[in-house]
Amino acid sequence: MPGPDLLSSQGLRLDGRRPNELRRIRCKLGVFTQPDGSAYLEQGNTKVLAAVYGPHQAAKSKMSTEGVVVNCQYSMATFSTGERKNRPRGDRKSQEMSLHLRQALSSAIKTELYPRSQIDIYIEVLQADGAAFCASVNAATLALIDAGVPLRAYACACTSSVAWRGSQPEPLLDVGHVEEAAGGVCLTVAALPSTGSIALLEMSHRLHMDYFEVVISRAMQGCRDIEVILDKAVREHLAEGWTKQDIVTI
Amino acid sequence: MAGLLLSRTEKVYIVNGIEEDFRSDGRSNYDYRPIELETNVVSHASGSARLRLANTDILVGIKTEVDIPKPETPGLGKIEFFVDCSANATPEFEGRGGEQLANRISNILQRAYHASQAFNLKQLCIFEGKQCWKLYVDILILECGGNLCDAVSLAVKAALFTTRIPFVKAALMDGGDVDLQLSDDPFDSKPLVVGTAPLLVTLCKIGNKFVVDPSAEEEFCSIVSVVIGVSGNPAHYTTEKIENVESKFTTIGMSGVGGLVPDTLKSAISQGIVAAKCLDSALGRSLLRERQDICSYKKDSYGFLK
Repeated sequence: MPGPDLLSSQGLRLDGRRPNELRRIRCKLGVFTQPDGSAYLEQGNTKVLAAVYGPHQAAKSKMSTEGVVVNCQYSMATFSTGERKNRPRGDRKSQEMSLHLRQALSSAIKTELYPRSQIDIYIEVLQADGAAFCASVNAATLALIDAGVPLRAYACACTSSVAWRGSQPEPLLDVGHVEEAAGGVCLTVAALPSTGSIALLEMSHRLHMDYFEVVISRAMQGCRDIEVILDKAVREHLAEGWTKQDIVTI
Repeated sequence: MAGLLLSRTEKVYIVNGIEEDFRSDGRSNYDYRPIELETNVVSHASGSARLRLANTDILVGIKTEVDIPKPETPGLGKIEFFVDCSANATPEFEGRGGEQLANRISNILQRAYHASQAFNLKQLCIFEGKQCWKLYVDILILECGGNLCDAVSLAVKAALFTTRIPFVKAALMDGGDVDLQLSDDPFDSKPLVVGTAPLLVTLCKIGNKFVVDPSAEEEFCSIVSVVIGVSGNPAHYTTEKIENVESKFTTIGMSGVGGLVPDTLKSAISQGIVAAKCLDSALGRSLLRERQDICSYKKDSYGFLK
């Protein structure tokens, strides 16, 4: 269990946030021209790029007549972490992240619309400062929207942890790297907030069953907050598109 | 380049245009496309730069580590290049798909930077024979729109320009160990001297003419291309008055299936040197301007949000 130092006596966290506050999220759709959809998302100091290719014809070995195959690759730039990484991808952690991404995003994409096809989603983490997976899911959602892939709902992800104020548990929203490294529980939730369903849930360390409810509801609240931010970004991007976009290409 | 399809007529159009010194985007054979550059974009790295050349997008981050110098060069530091072709650029780079291209680029850079007089590795020495700095230059290719080598070399030089090396006090202890003392102040550091660092220029032979800065379509039409590394002029990278240093070659490489007559190679090289000199002075000017803006807090960071 983390010590009480995660919250100051005034109830502020190490980086000055209140327990229910997200870090600042800034995002942009359509960063690149070559992919069908791309997005850039900053969540505090965590910076992620996502690119989407497809839907296109699936490779023979992967093809499914049921629905589209979602192919994800999660890769971290070698300079993204405090200590230099030797390999950007292929290690166990990034493979696990790729699987998780696929799970979270497959539930959001209307897969049944494109049988025998494939959608490639590539994530590049440029800077990791806690909750890189959540930022990846959020960026991937934006990139999918930019690519025009039909979605059931926004897929948003958020982490939450728990700190102690006296003997009362106080759930923390959107855990940063320092709080992650302090060794407390870290609950990652990827959800479709508008339908209220959870697409992926992962937890590290132990947490008493009695407190699970508050922690997960805080994380779900975070997902709903993120959905509002993403929705605003999409609307702004589209409104801008009509005035700024090169009309010749339409 | 990846997934690019050109019909025969399109190829003929490009080749004939270049013959007339008029390329499909309106440039002449000696012109570069517009370049955007921003430094200090990655806060976890000691130095970083993001460069966008039309739609070629490169991000470079530099990390420093303390290492032991090689026994044959006890007074020199180390520099290592690692290129990562992100799958964001094209699905072909997924998994290990981009490794061949990545190795080719990192080898060219390694050769260009290890030429004597190209980059002063002495400034990375901490204690001769015992400790030195090792620079990890990590290059991330985010989008390929042709002419990767030139863009990468420009971004690397810009990132090195912004890299700061902490001051370290080294003392020899008993038993030959070295005791390093690092200051707590992150601003207690010195910038690298990168004036002479080489730039790469790709010359693409299309038809009978050479062009600089080929786009992806033009690279597709070319059978052979020459990459030359030309060392820079330190006078462009400092506000002090110092004497000009003549640019020198540091490496030449060829790629593609075709061959070249030595005479055409000579003219290509002189065309390349002219291009490299122009690039070098333009890069130096914009880096100095950017440094001044940062010092006077004028600069807003854009990153990828622009």
